Amino acid sequence: MRLDIILRVAAKFILAPLLLFALYVQFHGDYGPGGGFQAGVIAAAAVILYALINGQAAAERIVPGPLVERLVPAGVLIYAAVGVVSMILGDNFLDYDHLAHDTVHGQEWGVFLVEAGVFVTVFSSMIAIFYAFAGRRPT
Amino acid sequence: MTDAPLIAEALLSLVLMGFIAVLAVAILRVRGLLALVILLGAYSFIMATFFVVLDAVDVAMTEASVGAGISTVLFLGALYLTGHGEADRQRRIVPILVSGITALVLVWGMSDLPDFGSADQPIHAKGADYLERSLPDTGIPNVVTAVLASYRGFDTLGETAVVFTAAIGVMVLLRRRGERS
Repeated sequence: MRLDIILRVAAKFILAPLLLFALYVQFHGDYGPGGGFQAGVIAAAAVILYALINGQAAAERIVPGPLVERLVPAGVLIYAAVGVVSMILGDNFLDYDHLAHDTVHGQEWGVFLVEAGVFVTVFSSMIAIFYAFAGRRPT
Repeated sequence: MTDAPLIAEALLSLVLMGFIAVLAVAILRVRGLLALVILLGAYSFIMATFFVVLDAVDVAMTEASVGAGISTVLFLGALYLTGHGEADRQRRIVPILVSGITALVLVWGMSDLPDFGSADQPIHAKGADYLERSLPDTGIPNVVTAVLASYRGFDTLGETAVVFTAAIGVMVLLRRRGERS
């Protein structure tokens, strides 16, 4: 099935800025609005847009379904691992004070890693839910 | 300083709330499910704009991307699977009663909320501490991020687990037995 050429060209122009904006929201979340959750949703929206235009098979060549399913728990594990490491370093669970040479840097590292975990889980969850819907045929 | 910005903000809020009310009525009355999904997306997007007016930019971003973006796509996917037609409407008394009573309880509960913009609430007395503490403690200028990821890191771990659970639940429900996606 050939879709409208305008749709394909417009999507091509949008995809790269969309992914770039997701990265901006992820890494600029310390200074402006946003963070792991919003960035994950925006990045997932880019993949979903690609899947809507080119079909799920094309999208799965870039972001394979089995990979997505492994990333869903991986993000939660990254998040919890930061908490466990901070416990090993002698702090409370998810207290980042001793992750780096001083407490402020430790906090920055902790927040960075935790937001990365949120990004991974949200990004892969949104795509997994979309794949689950799009993978079914009408009955 | 004049009150002009405040009046402009109040006017903007009124216009946006008017849009939201019109859309809510339209959502109730529209028959085609495709149009309904588009209206729900528009509703979310105006809601997101309203959150920006209320200075809740993080919430606005979430509402715009999840409410107007991903949800619309998922609704469209569900429509593709189930069909665009709405079943014939029947007026049933029990659902009307349940929603009426729920609405009354919500309005009754709203009478306990603090006045809009009231500064002398406990949440401002206790919460304002973070505004002073977060930058020296964490080195993060955005207080929302500092509270979410550091002071309330355990809550956010729980939220991430909720997203994880939702994804697992949908995958388990929608995938047929023996079928590898």
